[in-house]
Amino acid sequence: MPALVRIVRTLRRTLLQAIPTLLGIIILNFFLLQLAPGDAADVLAGEAGSATEESVAALRARFGLDSPVLEQLATYLNNLAHFSLGFSPRYGMPVADLIAQRLPGTLTLMAVALIIAIFLGVILGSLMATFAGRIPDRLLSVFSLLFYSIPSFWIGLMLIVFFSVKLGWLPSGGSGTIGSRLTGWAALLDAARYMVLPATSLALFYVAIYARLTRASMLEVKNQDFVRTAYAKGLTPFGVTARHVLRNALIPITTMAGMHIGGMLGGAVVVETVYSWPGLGRLAFEAVMGRDFTVLLGILLLSSLLVILANAAVDLVHAWLDPRIGAR
Amino acid sequence: MAPLLQVENLTIGFPRAEPVRNLSFEVAEGETLAIVGESGSGKSLTALALMQLLPRAARVSSGRITFDEQDLLTLDASQMRRLRGREIGMIFQEPMTSLNPVMTIGRQISEVLKVHEKLSGRAARARAIELLNLVRIPGADKRVDDYPHQLSGGMRQRVMIAMAVACRPKLLIADEPTTALDVTIQAQVLDLLDTLRRELQMAVVLITHDLGVVAQWADRVVVMYAGRKVEQALPDDLFKDPLHPYTRGLLAASPRLKNDFHYRDGALTEIPGSIVSAVGEAGCPFRPRCTQARASCGHHIPPLTVPAPDRLVACPFTSSIKAVPDAVALRY
Repeated sequence: MPALVRIVRTLRRTLLQAIPTLLGIIILNFFLLQLAPGDAADVLAGEAGSATEESVAALRARFGLDSPVLEQLATYLNNLAHFSLGFSPRYGMPVADLIAQRLPGTLTLMAVALIIAIFLGVILGSLMATFAGRIPDRLLSVFSLLFYSIPSFWIGLMLIVFFSVKLGWLPSGGSGTIGSRLTGWAALLDAARYMVLPATSLALFYVAIYARLTRASMLEVKNQDFVRTAYAKGLTPFGVTARHVLRNALIPITTMAGMHIGGMLGGAVVVETVYSWPGLGRLAFEAVMGRDFTVLLGILLLSSLLVILANAAVDLVHAWLDPRIGAR
Repeated sequence: MAPLLQVENLTIGFPRAEPVRNLSFEVAEGETLAIVGESGSGKSLTALALMQLLPRAARVSSGRITFDEQDLLTLDASQMRRLRGREIGMIFQEPMTSLNPVMTIGRQISEVLKVHEKLSGRAARARAIELLNLVRIPGADKRVDDYPHQLSGGMRQRVMIAMAVACRPKLLIADEPTTALDVTIQAQVLDLLDTLRRELQMAVVLITHDLGVVAQWADRVVVMYAGRKVEQALPDDLFKDPLHPYTRGLLAASPRLKNDFHYRDGALTEIPGSIVSAVGEAGCPFRPRCTQARASCGHHIPPLTVPAPDRLVACPFTSSIKAVPDAVALRY
């Protein structure tokens, strides 16, 4: 299978190239975080309320926070070289375990949101392109502009007010019914119910982007010669759009979607906080508030890895969508 | 017998202009009709009107197009779709951009067969390979899975031809099929079209601005200027004895005027001015550029007259022009 060989080769090359990138990200972030006032010991002491000079100093010594900055960096890098993300002073557990707990929640949320965004965005964008300049296009343009400009936390709150408080259809937060021992389909359905609102609030912004992008891209492709050829073959307008226009129009959308995977992680922080979703975004938020830099560095490392992998995936999707690109 | 295609008084209008006016011609079964004219003369729009694929802003404002005893302008969208690709095939000017870059050529050819002949995927693929063989693409059974960017321009135009003739149409419209190709490839492609026309018994409407193409491959020629037919003749008559001043100018501007003429021997003549000057002209549209123009030319549009059997010309002064042989050509 030459296709499979190509995929493996692309991934291997991507990962090798990722190593210096990741190293740069870690070192840069490490120094940036040092600029923040206070450390984990300060926060822990503040929360305890009865800390003395000595007990804070003891905490610092225990977590290695009192050693010079460069030494701390060396220790961290040494840990990484041994495939360890370090230990969280605040949670009292290895960072890797902490992230492993939260990662699936965020990944599902992001994946569902991205799928909703691309699916709805492409459908709405196609509709807008089909009716370009007419009423459906104008209406959808207004809505997409609206969702593009409204911050996601506000959309999140309004969705909670409407669907949870007023209508009572969907839960307002969390990721599953607490204490329910559901299995199989019932468990999946339960999880889906909790997923709807956070995924929608995360997705709406991107729906707007993809709809506008699809519209522009399709209008451009529609004027190309091969579309006229397709009509000259006797295809229906729907057939021409589905078979000839859409696939060509999707190429810029995959590029954007790949770039958005990183951005979505940022959006997830807000949405996860609003919906008390147990994900990586909220963990990052809590880590910042608790000055838990080991956790934060771990998350940053992981998310940059995620972005790099997403870009590699986009390259592969591109090669599949557009044979002219092919393997490099 | 009624002609296969009959166009009567076709007028195509844009909101601010009428690029084709009162155009009439007919095409018999199995015949090749060449429509000649410079850019902007309305040739391509006429072709698109035959397919009912005019750009959105353009409308057929009057006239009739009868194909195979059906009035095309009264057909609804789905009836017209049944004709496109099955009864009337079309080849476009730019083989580089007229094929979908992300679909294999085999699938693009199969698509026509699936739509019109309801073939299964496998049968359509087999037919696509046959068609690629028919248009002389070597190694067709491997080439069928190629993407357009893997083929040369001439090959792509062959694929376009294979697509256009896939359902054995009665009429093939070729809109400048060789303009974008190398000169060496042009003759091959036109030869292929001519062979296919005979093998498949198609009529061909060949739109071109290349008089060499006309001389070699057309049965009959229509010369268009500014959206009107100015002359119609058999190719031999046209080249031996062009009547309309515009046709004479075209021939004078072509190296084929005399057999032994070459660029090295002297400069080719040109027709002064541009087709834009026809806009807003009350009389003969060619008057601003015509070396033989007289005062009366500005009064009304000259009607088509029949100076000889099988000929039509829209200029009342052809006999006096003939008295001065090669008048137009010699002026420069």
